[in-house]
Amino acid sequence: MTAPSASAAPSFAPRDNYLTADYSWRSWLLTVDHKRIGILYLLSVTGFFFLGGLFAVLLRLELATPQGDLVQAETYNKLFTMHGLVMIFFFLVPSIPGVLGNFFVPIMIGAKDMAFPRLNLLSWYVYMIGGLVSFLAIITGGVDTGWTFYAPYSSTYANSNVALTAVGVFITGFSSILTGLNIIVTVHKMRAPGMTWFRMPLFVWAHYATSVIMILGTPVLAITILLLALERLFHIGIFDPKLGGDPVLFQHLFWFYSHPAVYIMILPAMGVISELVAAFSRKRIFGYSFVAFSSLAIAVLGFLVWGHHMFLSGQSVYAGVVFSVLSFLVAIPSAVKVFNWSATLYKGSVQLSTPMMYVIGFLGLFTIGGLTGLFLACLGLDVHVHDTYFVVAHFHYIMVGGAVMAFLGGLHYWWPKMFGKMYPEALGKFSAVVVFIGFNLTFFPQFLLGYLGMPRRYHAYPEEFGVLNVLSSAGASILGIGYLLPMAYLLWSLRYGPEAEQNPWGAKGLEWEKAPTPPPTFNFDATPIVTQEAYAYADDLPPEESRTQARLV
Amino acid sequence: MSDSHGGHGALAHHFEDLEQQREAHTLGMWAFLVTEILFFGGLFAAYVVYRSAYPEAFANASNQLDPVLGGINTAVLIGSSFTMVLAVHAAQQRRKWAIFGWLWTTIVLGTAFLGVKYVEYHHKWEHHLIPGPNFLFEGQPGGSEQLFFALYFSMTGLHAFHMVIGAGILIWLSVLALKGRFDEPGRNAVEMAGLYWHFVDLVWIFLFPLLYLLGRHQ
Ligand code: HEM
Ligand SMILES: [Cu+2]
Repeated sequence: MTAPSASAAPSFAPRDNYLTADYSWRSWLLTVDHKRIGILYLLSVTGFFFLGGLFAVLLRLELATPQGDLVQAETYNKLFTMHGLVMIFFFLVPSIPGVLGNFFVPIMIGAKDMAFPRLNLLSWYVYMIGGLVSFLAIITGGVDTGWTFYAPYSSTYANSNVALTAVGVFITGFSSILTGLNIIVTVHKMRAPGMTWFRMPLFVWAHYATSVIMILGTPVLAITILLLALERLFHIGIFDPKLGGDPVLFQHLFWFYSHPAVYIMILPAMGVISELVAAFSRKRIFGYSFVAFSSLAIAVLGFLVWGHHMFLSGQSVYAGVVFSVLSFLVAIPSAVKVFNWSATLYKGSVQLSTPMMYVIGFLGLFTIGGLTGLFLACLGLDVHVHDTYFVVAHFHYIMVGGAVMAFLGGLHYWWPKMFGKMYPEALGKFSAVVVFIGFNLTFFPQFLLGYLGMPRRYHAYPEEFGVLNVLSSAGASILGIGYLLPMAYLLWSLRYGPEAEQNPWGAKGLEWEKAPTPPPTFNFDATPIVTQEAYAYADDLPPEESRTQARLV
Repeated sequence: MSDSHGGHGALAHHFEDLEQQREAHTLGMWAFLVTEILFFGGLFAAYVVYRSAYPEAFANASNQLDPVLGGINTAVLIGSSFTMVLAVHAAQQRRKWAIFGWLWTTIVLGTAFLGVKYVEYHHKWEHHLIPGPNFLFEGQPGGSEQLFFALYFSMTGLHAFHMVIGAGILIWLSVLALKGRFDEPGRNAVEMAGLYWHFVDLVWIFLFPLLYLLGRHQ
């Protein structure tokens, strides 16, 4: 009898992995295994995604007709507020770092776990408690301030559950801080022998940059919300002009976090895309160090542009000009990434598997989202389109067309590793196309609506905007189906899917080359020793081709 | 949880050696202190904005604070930082009772600080200087003086809250010391608590001049 060697372990030799190590509830709820915590996050962010989605369905139903017939204006205010809150704070911010980051950052650098496993579990609990508090606020009356909590809607004139919701967001913020702290220390201190900084996958670089933003930005949101709560409870006047306070100060503090927060949402997505582009074009990433440093550049510059949300809030013109220029600058590192991904695809042997379909979608949609960001960063133009559907379309192109696409792409890419099962490829490709079509149909008309002057956050609108709104609502129903499909077949695959091999995509990276599928509790059979850069794909190619590549790179 | 301390006792399962573990804990603590700086940073920003918007009101309001009590508290805190250093030193030499003693001296000084703070808060209460509907400044319903006190209470309150947490940690460490946990992680824990304690002191070193001294006049 010969024991199957670990690297070529055929799937018929079942072995202990992190899923089969223990089946009890306790072992899940008290786990300190980063992979299990990733799964806990996956379950919870999915729950919040569908809750946020439910609000979106109601919003689009109301907007299917010009009259405000389905819900009252007040209800509509609550719906869009709760949609934004849930999607941003409870879905998108924790989604990629919490699920894929948690699961794969340690494996990709060859570690047995995060640096602080118990803190990791704590951050999931903190997130859940924050989520439940906000959920409680939602079901006991809701909030209507907009996800931005602007004073005085949220202070002097608040008439909904502002305080409780804010407490939920405040608590969840600490989960973000703990995750960021954990990732930073993990990347610094837990790398396997030979895993130098410039051999790290770009996914890890992106998470590192994200974590820097998390630990620098989130505490400012926390203190802002704390001040808001004090204002609400004790009327201390800090945002109240009657007492000399200034509501605009709230906006400054809020956006000091919330602009960087948009990069908390998109940087991990960019990390996913880097992995997928390399794996499915069988090439090293073009300009690895540019992509790595552009993440850091985004993290730094992202802190200097918050004023572009306040061009029309009574900020001085000079401040406006400076913020406008800086906003143009922050687009450069994003563009660097897009160019480098495209250059990687060029002459690669591109394979259109399901994850790659999402990548292609991402590239197009993110580019549109980013370019329209530049429109908004133009002072003069923003006066016209500020607070219209143009802005709504801009950020949905980035956050949904970009970040959610990347999340789905990443989930499809790593699903076999996480659960040891394959999903039906044809269905996967089909739903990626459905998502792409549904998305564009939903949000492209909103650019036009905004440009034509339809303001955001109203439940009724003039007849002339009817057609474009109907298109958007129709698109939303297609998009909804596009999201339900993967949900269904991924769950199906857990039970009925064929067993996945250790490296079904033939990809590079410790998670594919060294870790069994699914990984055991400590990830590797022995601590891996790294001797190669990330994405050493050219080594597989015949000599003359790899020489051409070397010249190209 | 026992599983994270399996195997070599002091070394958690996912680290290769004690050195790596110590470095990770230390870096984690510094990163945490960075988030703390930004947490207080929001308040300092608000202070700067309003101080420069209403310099006179702020100077008048700040005159209501007692620089003697504030000064005493500053001295007490600096003293506690010193005793904290001695506790860390004792931990490195594994001297059980010295650790215990210096930790408790630090705790007592910290509590003295909080006691003085309580006296100060109480004075403000008696003089209707608590922001809110009952606020009165020199007999008048206050204007932007109230902002000064809103900031004073938020800043010193948040600082005091950090002191309370810090004292709790020190008490816990003193119990560990008595139980004789001087393995590497235990010693490092005292050092980490020291970093935190010094940080909290340092915040006060900024708060004291900004709130009590700036613009003081007769
Ligand atoms: C290419 C870089 C980007 C630039 C130059 C840019 C520019 C802008 C500007 C100027 C606004 C304010 C528009 C207005 O309110 O009138 C805005 C809004 C917004 N952007 Fe971006 N943006 C960029 C990237 C992103 C990214 C990466 C995300 C998300 C992942 C994002 C999410 C948002 C959101 C959520 C809002 C609206 C916030 C609200 O008022 O509710 N942006 N953007
Ligand atoms: Cu922004």
